[in-house]
Amino acid sequence: MPTLTIDGVEITVEPGSTVLQACEQAGVEIPRFCYHDRLSIAGNCRMCLVEMEKSPKPIASCAMPAGDGMVIRTDTPAVKKAREGVMEFLLINHPLDCPICDQGGECDLQDQAMTYGRFFSRFSEGKRAVKNKDVGPLIKTIMTRCIHCTRCVRFGDEIAGVEEFGAVHRGEHMEIGTYVAQAVTSELSGNMIDLCPVGALTSKPHAFVARSWELVKTETVDVLDAVGSNIRVDSRGREVIRVLPRLHEAINEEWLSDKSRFGCDGLKRRRLDRCYVRRDGKLAAAAWAAAFAAIAERIRGLAGERIAAIVGDLVDGEAMVALKDLMARLGSPHLDCRQDGAKLEAGSRAGYLFNSTIAGIEAADAILLVGTNPRWEAALVNARIRKRWRRGGLAVGVVGPQADLTYAYDYLGAGPQTLAEIAEGRHPFGAVLKAANLPMLVLGMGALARPDGAAVLARARQIAAATDMVADGWNGFNVLHLAAARVGGLDLGLVPGSGGRDVDGILAGAEAGEIEAVYLLGADEIDTVRLAKAFVIYQGHHGDAGAQCADVILPGAAYTEKNATYVNLEGRAQRARRASFPLGEAREDWRILRALSERLGHALPYDTLDQVRARMIEIAPTMQQLDHVEPAPWGGFGVAGEMSAAPFEGAVRNFYLTDPITRASETMAQCSELFVDAKGEKTGTDG
Amino acid sequence: MLSDRDRIFTNLYGVHDWRLAAARQRGAWDNTKALVANGHDWVTEQVKASELRGRGGAGFPTGLKWSFMPNEIDPERPHYLIVNADESEPGTCKDRDIMRHDPHLLLEGCLFAGFAMRAHAAYIYIRGEFFNEAQTLQAAIDEAYHAGLIGKDACGSGWAFDIYLHRGAGAYICGEETGLLESLEGKPGRPRLKPPFPAAVGLYGCPSTVNNVESIAVVPTILRRGAAWFAGLGRPKNAGTKLFCISGHVNQPCNVEEELGIPLKELIEKHTGGVRGGWDNLQGIIPGGSSVPVLPKSICDSVLMDFDSLMEVKSGLGTAGIIVMDKSTDMVEAIARLSHFYMHESCGQCTPCREGTGWVYRMMQRMVSGEASTDDIDLLWDVVGQIEGHTICALGDAAAWPVQGLIRHFRGELERRILERQGVGRGVADAASRAA
Repeated sequence: MPTLTIDGVEITVEPGSTVLQACEQAGVEIPRFCYHDRLSIAGNCRMCLVEMEKSPKPIASCAMPAGDGMVIRTDTPAVKKAREGVMEFLLINHPLDCPICDQGGECDLQDQAMTYGRFFSRFSEGKRAVKNKDVGPLIKTIMTRCIHCTRCVRFGDEIAGVEEFGAVHRGEHMEIGTYVAQAVTSELSGNMIDLCPVGALTSKPHAFVARSWELVKTETVDVLDAVGSNIRVDSRGREVIRVLPRLHEAINEEWLSDKSRFGCDGLKRRRLDRCYVRRDGKLAAAAWAAAFAAIAERIRGLAGERIAAIVGDLVDGEAMVALKDLMARLGSPHLDCRQDGAKLEAGSRAGYLFNSTIAGIEAADAILLVGTNPRWEAALVNARIRKRWRRGGLAVGVVGPQADLTYAYDYLGAGPQTLAEIAEGRHPFGAVLKAANLPMLVLGMGALARPDGAAVLARARQIAAATDMVADGWNGFNVLHLAAARVGGLDLGLVPGSGGRDVDGILAGAEAGEIEAVYLLGADEIDTVRLAKAFVIYQGHHGDAGAQCADVILPGAAYTEKNATYVNLEGRAQRARRASFPLGEAREDWRILRALSERLGHALPYDTLDQVRARMIEIAPTMQQLDHVEPAPWGGFGVAGEMSAAPFEGAVRNFYLTDPITRASETMAQCSELFVDAKGEKTGTDG
Repeated sequence: MLSDRDRIFTNLYGVHDWRLAAARQRGAWDNTKALVANGHDWVTEQVKASELRGRGGAGFPTGLKWSFMPNEIDPERPHYLIVNADESEPGTCKDRDIMRHDPHLLLEGCLFAGFAMRAHAAYIYIRGEFFNEAQTLQAAIDEAYHAGLIGKDACGSGWAFDIYLHRGAGAYICGEETGLLESLEGKPGRPRLKPPFPAAVGLYGCPSTVNNVESIAVVPTILRRGAAWFAGLGRPKNAGTKLFCISGHVNQPCNVEEELGIPLKELIEKHTGGVRGGWDNLQGIIPGGSSVPVLPKSICDSVLMDFDSLMEVKSGLGTAGIIVMDKSTDMVEAIARLSHFYMHESCGQCTPCREGTGWVYRMMQRMVSGEASTDDIDLLWDVVGQIEGHTICALGDAAAWPVQGLIRHFRGELERRILERQGVGRGVADAASRAA
């Protein structure tokens, strides 16, 4: 461990640290633009220059390995002058447009110019201007502001795996761009905006909307996929202005997928802000009392087995507990949270979790992806796999859809046939998994949400057992969920009770007239046509598929509007916090169910959030400790049986439009049009 | 003055044939096998003992550089010798003539150098504009392969050695050693951060050493005639012979091989027929290629041409490309032209060079026309100081030094222009006030 002296203070640092890291450890701040912990070292901004004894020139501390006995000075006049010099060079061609720059107030250049710069300009020549680039609907470019730190280039090359950005031309004509005019085709592109230390790359949907200092910042979690990314929601009044990632090393590091970041404008459109009751075939606005009366009138006296409930993808734990208890009181066993029909069992927790954890991916040395395209299903899980892959020594095999995953993999086959071969030891990749120290299997919804899903699950379990995936302190069996509500729903047991019907059974029952009333708690991803005969109650926040077929609509709260508990795909319980109030007459979801239960004569025994949570933890003790992954005991799951020959298909057809919020988002619609629709074959008469 | 028998480049002027047979008559490829048989470390020690300093500009001891290469070869990471033939320094054309007229000296040097550093392959990165030289060099390489001098069993020594010729595309920055490595790997020529140095992580991440053509081409003769012979030429720590490229306002511009430490005046008077219009018509000389500061006549009168003597007068030997300027030269415009060159050739990677070279050039343009104030001279001095030593590679320094030399020695000329221009303005104002 090298020991060096920084400004007269001796400090011992980890081997492999840089001088800049050593300075940070010593509590000495080093200004920087190009350096970023998670990217390779470029050393091109020269802002981090410090003096090193015996070196005639100042050194770039970000790139210099800390060596034993080094004597570093960061507080000398020479260092101050070097910083002022670099600052001056950065500013001479940087436009003085801070008053109209969206980065204003959160700009590294602005901040560091205040701290390390001179307070006057000596530059009397003409400034350089650079043409802006069109890189798609998410990133706005004002390239004159670019200081060529290449963070965006390195992010694309290293983290996102899309080598689209680069520096072209030389000297002062150097420009960052895509060379051929095209949009940046990455589902992580928004992170380049965060990385950009100046206002060269800013958020296009957020352009000229707000100043950073006038926004109220709420730390919460994202629900637009099952990863549970930690986010910060910036709001002004009732309006959610933007979503930014928050550091969580075990989940999203400091990245965020574009859907989670830019989908938030969907919170402003197509919202349900009052109750509706269908009268004479038409939905009419109604007061809460009238809506409850309409429900009570239809449900009172109805036998429990004629009532059913389906839970959607964005529902929080508290609401699910209330629904579960209400259904029990109504005597109905027909309850299901797996609206995509995934053949997962609530009984065995290890059978539906991402057991290795997301951070655990970095330890794995062989990964088998089954029926999943993680790039679209969980972009940040995919980024972790890529991070691991870049380190080398990782074998990846894919059974199922073939896609550009941003890392190299062996394509093993399309469907169950290959899976069976691996399970029975007839496939070479089985030997790869067996030889690996920490092998891993990722089972996607594309393989489970099909009629033979239970057999596929059993086969996957067989592979895990045959290749020693479950060992002391390691469980490489992983299910990749798509919905933020799913793991919580399974933890809380929102699955059919004895004699109960699953989603498909409920829909079939509704068609046959055996089910007369269906409660949709935010459930939109079902074939609502099949509910035509039933009395449908829709509780949710967006006027999407479920609301259109409803007889009574109860307006609920979106994830930014309630204090609620979500469990991510690892089984990690996290709290979402309210950033703004629900719209209009909408209410928090568990409160709606609580109020309705009273009207139906089955009052639920909790009146406060704490009481609901106590009940929630009673059912699912794993939800007590927040931000904690309780390793699940390995058990039996899946039902051995015949698998059909049909190939596994990707569960997500369109990354940008997966739920009611993103379907209401204009930004996501633009992305979908550009990145998804444009990929299809086009004929000459298109458009 | 160097005696003819001490010359290394005996066909510098192309009087004789460059081909293998003729080169052998001049002594090339003689006894190579026996010299190689002395072992890797013997070669390195000989070069160390010869006190040879790198001829590319920086003057780093060549033998010492070679000794930085690992002694053991990691089978996963072969060693590489890279010869920097991207000679683009304005005022310099020594490597060109070596490759044109004596390519076998370079190839034999490659074998010795490669053998010393346990490399089985050498890449010669040749400047794109050197089309004919590349043809000649490739023909020489083919000859050497054909004669078994290089290849699977080079000269029968048992050492496998391949030489590849790679043509650059004509960017000055690709002559910087790590910029060259990037370019050789097929990437844009943008210098790398150091450390790690190429000897640890070089071409394709493997241990590599980059040497100038002349440094490599003198090695066979050093080994044959002995390190002591080479070290005995020149001055202490500035040993051996050197190719000087003398251009500009002399009667007969030429390349000439001379001992290091020869007085500048003697060098010019003896080999070029003197400065145009006589020594007293001299205004200044850039002694080592465009990157080093210009020297005024007063210093040129007595300065010795070697690394340390020129350092003492705050200039440098650089590539020994001597640019002579007589009194007809517009010194400010000449240096402004160099500033344009460095602005144009900056790779744009790091801030001080990218932004600074353009600023300096624009200020220099104003200095040429006098559209400035005398304070601007101090500003210019300050700005080049902010570039110097703050960049990833030495191009920043190279952009700063010519301007520093100008201000150091020709400040009077800069001020004269500025005041003259202001004086015209004042004259008009005076006339206007008189009329009123």
